[in-house]
Order: sequence, then structure tokens, then C-alpha cells
Amino acid sequence: MSAHTEHGHAEGTTKLYLSVWVILLLLSAVEVYLGYLHLPLHLMLSLLMGLSLVKAGMIIAYFMHLRFEKVGLVWTLLPMWMIVTCLLFVFFPDSFRALEFRFPK
Amino acid sequence: MATGEISSSMWNGGGSPYAIPSKKLGMWLFIISDALTFSALLIAYSYVRVASDSWPSPFHFWPSIVVSTVMTFCLLTSSITMVMAVAAAKQGRIGATMGWLAGTMAGGVAFLVLHANEWRTLIGEGLRPFENPWGSPLFGATFFTCTGLHMLHVTIGVGVLAVVAAGFKKGRYPADYVEIAGLYWHFVDLVWMFLFPLIYLLSIAPNVAH
Repeated sequence: MSAHTEHGHAEGTTKLYLSVWVILLLLSAVEVYLGYLHLPLHLMLSLLMGLSLVKAGMIIAYFMHLRFEKVGLVWTLLPMWMIVTCLLFVFFPDSFRALEFRFPK
Repeated sequence: MATGEISSSMWNGGGSPYAIPSKKLGMWLFIISDALTFSALLIAYSYVRVASDSWPSPFHFWPSIVVSTVMTFCLLTSSITMVMAVAAAKQGRIGATMGWLAGTMAGGVAFLVLHANEWRTLIGEGLRPFENPWGSPLFGATFFTCTGLHMLHVTIGVGVLAVVAAGFKKGRYPADYVEIAGLYWHFVDLVWMFLFPLIYLLSIAPNVAH
């Protein structure tokens, strides 16, 4: 459609968005299936978070349109989130030894 | 001097480094800060879970996992209808925009109804913010905080979409407003993509025959 290109930058087609939607549904189904596989917790957590990050990336890139914006916007927005989230993880290792510091029952 | 003119017009806001409307940039900045709120909540949830023994896993295949999977479907589908609404709005097709926005709001309301029913079931089983019959009492606090804040976001999103739809129909709002409301809606969908596995799929009830 001509209306798609009036702003002068490339945009996705309906077909592209529909295929993103189908892939997101399939990845969600895979996640539910993984939930019933009785995998070790670390492996399960890694797989689920990996898949969720892929899904989030697809939502941001296509539905939220970031892939079709100037790349400078991506470099402004995503590092803010990544840096602060990494800082939040700084004290996460404390949780592994919090149990040892409890009084015995 | 040519360079002087260019730089003074830049200083006066003549440049548009991101080539997007200021309201859209504002929404993006809000989304980043809101994403950090949810990141902090989910990291706090993970911290508390790792630091507790006997973390409950109360979600049975029926109803919790089936219903939460249907809720995921509702939100993802409302995202694709939102994409269609934005495309229709940019082409100036008001009727089609209203239809797609109505579909998006219906997806959001379906999510809310199913989630509220889920809360009701769990509360009926004895889940409270600071106690529950299954294990660590912190489970209720983290569950209600994370899913409650997300439900609040969905509720606000449905309201925003209703306001934007009404304004767009009357011609008071340009198509950009539909797109900016859409950014928020997709973000709410995105947050659920992390809540669903972290809270539901990692707490599936064991020894369930399905």
C-alpha cells in the first residue's frame, strides 16, 4: 500500500505481522510444554527466560516497530534498561546464602 | 555562516535526531522506566524465591495452567489486532480502526476476567498475601504484587484505548495517538511474556496427571 511508505521509511506488511504472531503463539506453546518436562531448575529457567527474551525481542522489533525506526533510538532506549537491570542483579547472589543465616527451627 | 545557522536551528529544536513525534519518544521513555519497575519486581520475586525454602507450586494443569495459557493467547491476539488498528488508522479508515480497537479491548477484558477468576479460585483455596496452606508465606505477597500490577496496567490500557478510539472517531486525535497507545499495549503484552513463565510455569503442581 502506498500509505505504508508515506513517512519515508520501510514498514512491515500484514503478512509479516501475522507470521510474527504465529511464531509468538508457537513459542508460548513450547514454554508450556517445557513446564511439564521435569528438567533441572537451572536448565528450565535458562530455557524459559531465553524463549521469553526472544519473544520480547520480536514484540519490540515488529509490533512496537523499533526495527523500522532510526537505529539511534534503539541505542538510546535499550542500554538504559540493560544497565539498570544489570545493576539490580548486583546483590542477587546474597539470596543463595540467605537460607544459611536463618536460625534453626 | 552556514554551519552557524544549522547549529542555531539545532539548538532551537530544528533537528529531529530520532525522526519520531515527541509524544512517541515520551511514551518510549515511559515504557523503559516501567520496564525497570517490572524488572525490579521480578528480580525481587526471584530473590525471595531462591532465599526461601518450600516455595509453593500450586498451579494445577486445570484450571490454572490452561487458563493462563488462554490468557496468553488473548493478550498476543489483542496485540495483532492492535497492529491492524494502527495500520488502519494510518490509512484513515476510521470504521476499520474502531473494529480492530474494539477487538483489542475485548482481548484485554477477556484477560482481566480470566485473571480475576484465577485470583478468586486461589483465594478460595486459602491464598493470602502473608499466608497460604502450601509453603513459604511470601508466595502470596509476590504473586499478588506482580500479577496485580500487571492487571492494573491492562485495565489502564483498556481505558486508554477507549479514550483514544473515541477521540480518533471524532477527529480530535491524529493517527499517531493510536500508534502511541499501541506502543503501551504491546508493552503490557511483553510484560506478561515474562510473568507467565516465571510465576506460572515455574510453579506447576507436581504429580499431576494430564
